[in-house]
Amino acid sequence: MPFLLFGIASVVFLVSRLTPGDPLITIVGERNLNNPEIVGAAKARWGLDQSVVQQYFKYMKNLLHGDMGTSFTTRQGVVHDLWQRLPATLELTFLALLGGVTVGIGLGVLAARHRNKFIDHIARFFALLGSSLPAFWAGLLLLYVFYARLGWLPGPGRIDPRGVAPDKVTGFYTIDSLLQGDLSLFKDSVMHLILPATVLGWGVVGIVSRLVRAALLDEFSIDYVRVARAMGLRERTVVNTHALRNALLPTITIVAFTFAFLLTGAVLTETVFSWPGVGSYAVDASRNLDYPAIIGVTLLGGTAFLMTNLFSDIAYAFADPRIRLS
Amino acid sequence: MTEIISPPRRLRKGRPDWLRGPALIGVIGIVAWLLVALTVPLWSPFDPLESVGARLQGPSWSHLMGTDQLGRDVFTRTLWGARTSLPVAAVVIISSVVIGTVIGAIAGYFGGWIDAVLMRFVDITMAFPPILLAMAITASLGPGIRNALIAMVLVWWPIYARLLRAQVIAVKQREYVESAEAIGVKRFTILRRYVLPMAYTPVLVNATMDFGQVVLLTASLSFIGLGARPPSPEWGAMITEGATQFYSWWIATAPGLAILMVVLAFNYLGDALRDSFDVKAGV
Repeated sequence: MPFLLFGIASVVFLVSRLTPGDPLITIVGERNLNNPEIVGAAKARWGLDQSVVQQYFKYMKNLLHGDMGTSFTTRQGVVHDLWQRLPATLELTFLALLGGVTVGIGLGVLAARHRNKFIDHIARFFALLGSSLPAFWAGLLLLYVFYARLGWLPGPGRIDPRGVAPDKVTGFYTIDSLLQGDLSLFKDSVMHLILPATVLGWGVVGIVSRLVRAALLDEFSIDYVRVARAMGLRERTVVNTHALRNALLPTITIVAFTFAFLLTGAVLTETVFSWPGVGSYAVDASRNLDYPAIIGVTLLGGTAFLMTNLFSDIAYAFADPRIRLS
Repeated sequence: MTEIISPPRRLRKGRPDWLRGPALIGVIGIVAWLLVALTVPLWSPFDPLESVGARLQGPSWSHLMGTDQLGRDVFTRTLWGARTSLPVAAVVIISSVVIGTVIGAIAGYFGGWIDAVLMRFVDITMAFPPILLAMAITASLGPGIRNALIAMVLVWWPIYARLLRAQVIAVKQREYVESAEAIGVKRFTILRRYVLPMAYTPVLVNATMDFGQVVLLTASLSFIGLGARPPSPEWGAMITEGATQFYSWWIATAPGLAILMVVLAFNYLGDALRDSFDVKAGV
């Protein structure tokens, strides 16, 4: 684990420094690039006058102190920026994960119970669509239909542009607005969440429902299910209380994979919906060649990915006694 | 993850048994788009880069998917888009498979410190969500379709290296490999002639499934502005242009449908191959 984290940080740092893209353009602007005084001052200010090796050791040392440097564009600490933007991404991701897993399990059960029937085909197509749709395109289309055409749902952003964000407690607008007792703001933030969460959650539905269907079909061929059926239990009882419990076990391991998917989706979905989260921060950073910010976001993504992997291993051992004992 | 090795299939004449239903639809879709990519310059209805009529026209019989903000024909541009997306994805997949095969085979067959070093490198690369690392690399190399391609190869090859390594380790314990070693066949010859042919199936199946994902990633990078640059007719970049002309919905619709068709086709084919060869997904 620590080795991997260290490796991740090193790789991203080296990737960002050994390449021809010139961050000075971002810092001083193209016009001032010929002015040696300004360029020199900027280099000194951002530590770009040192050798790559020096920069690397300095970056690593700062990183150990929880400092990821200063963003070229926002001129704020990268850690500060990420901290500011993380709640927006988490709120969206949690909702997408929750909705996606719920619908995914339901769809998977439905498909398995009606194996190779019409319902199964429809459910599987819907699931496959989720993992084949370009998230950014789906987002645009949904915005066009439900916002521009029908006017049922609000446009991009977390709340109405004329509205005032709730005081920050958790950073989740839905929770913070409730804490303030502001119901209309709560409704506004929920409405703003629906479209991006749908786009993001759809992919999760695809992954989860596929897995649940396959796992459930495996369970159906095991003796205990046959016994339960032979005893005359209702099909619903057989599936929901017996087979599904065992079928859900492998779903835990897929959480890590799903999470990677969500991160990817968040980058694109946030861009389409102007969602002020970590994903759109990453996009802005790479458009502006804002190295400290790029490194910071990538590091955060890699760490989060590692953590979920670890978490899913532990959760699996927790849920399945067979793993714990062996 | 250990892989189940499928027994070699006898070559039968006629249609292989996996080429049915959805897989057949997938193959038809893929072949159709390949034909479009290869031949569109011969019969292209309009020039993809030139204005051919009024700007921002809705779909009509003369412009099936309307025109964009510069009066270019969206349908034509979408067809030409296949000439970027498909070759890029093919190069990414093929390069990744080649690099992954070499590294994975060496790591798996020789083991020891070579294995340890190579696999730590693979672990580190795979610890990132692909799009983030691809974005970081592309941004550093400088935006553009060529650099996006390089970034995607760098992000993608470890998947195959890890997959092939597991296979090679499983195969090299078989008796026939041991016997070959015992009679003194050169190790590279064993690897090439006896081990690899038995180990590469999962890599090929996964590569097929991944093709769609690479098409998607290419479009995503272009959409963000790191891949293909505007005038060039690339699907992701076209969707970005569509996003700026939000109320002219047809500009983004056609390229999006094209991506969807290609990705679905490869998913269908990949799924069928996976079921047929009994290979687990490589993630």
